[in-house]
Amino acid sequence: MIRGAAVLLVGLLGCAGAVYAIDSQPAFEDPTLQARYVKLIHELRCLVCQNETIADSNADLAAELRRSVHQMIAKGQSDRQILDFLKARYGDFVLYRPPLEPKTWLLWGAPGILLVIGALVFVHIVRQRASQPMDEDAA
Amino acid sequence: MRRYLVPAIPLSIVLVLGGFFYVGLYRSPGYIPSPFVGKPAPQFSLPDLKDPKLTLSTADLKKSRLTLFNVWGTWCVECRQEHPFLVELAKHTKIPIYGLDWNDEREAALAWLADLGDPYQKVGFDKLGDAAIDWGVYGAPETFLIDGDGMVLLKHISPMTPEVWEQEFLPIIRAHCGTLPCPLVDSE
Repeated sequence: MIRGAAVLLVGLLGCAGAVYAIDSQPAFEDPTLQARYVKLIHELRCLVCQNETIADSNADLAAELRRSVHQMIAKGQSDRQILDFLKARYGDFVLYRPPLEPKTWLLWGAPGILLVIGALVFVHIVRQRASQPMDEDAA
Repeated sequence: MRRYLVPAIPLSIVLVLGGFFYVGLYRSPGYIPSPFVGKPAPQFSLPDLKDPKLTLSTADLKKSRLTLFNVWGTWCVECRQEHPFLVELAKHTKIPIYGLDWNDEREAALAWLADLGDPYQKVGFDKLGDAAIDWGVYGAPETFLIDGDGMVLLKHISPMTPEVWEQEFLPIIRAHCGTLPCPLVDSE
């Protein structure tokens, strides 16, 4: 019983972290604005600690960028406008998901290409083995 | 032929990936190319650090044929490291230097300039970092080179040193001058 409660508590703590991210309190009272804010700060890279989003980073710059995103939402700008604003200043790198455009086709396509190549090699090897007489394998 | 084809596939994948990694090995992950290079400097306006009645704006940076715009803060160790060289540059070249004091306290910044020397014509005091975001600043020190039309010619991230000045800035400055000696950087 107590263990169940503890598990539930820890689980709830995990959720709280996901909702409020790094801010000590929600940035907006309006849940739709707050949801947009949380989604946007998870889309943006902290440029100082490059493998973190600004939602995860403690860096001063991340805090400033969160404040900037907050202000832009409060001013009624769209998600697209906010991402474009930061992209114009920091480049594509600020977007945590690289945009799909000609110069990133290889980046986005590489996993698929590698998977296809791997599948072809696999099929080839399996067919080759299948065509060999059984006793040769045993030897 | 087919016997060689199948082993060749993993080999070529290794070579391609190896090529990427090799190139990546010599690239600095901290360096993020600025989208402003070759484009107009962003619009901004800030109170002047030294005289709050004055402002520093994009128009100030277009007054000279070439201008340096240096982002610093008293909390920034590498800024302290580069500062003596900026003072040198202000003394020995005719390129004005403007500053952006980022995320700082006015008293601390004024004390810094009094102690270490003041190479700046004007310093924008960006207490909250709004102008820094407009400039795409992510790590001080950063130094921009701007021409008289307000175009950003170059952005350097990390301290300004004599080597950086000679290798990155001087070639662009001399190309901009078009004449030898270049009166902006060569004292007669």
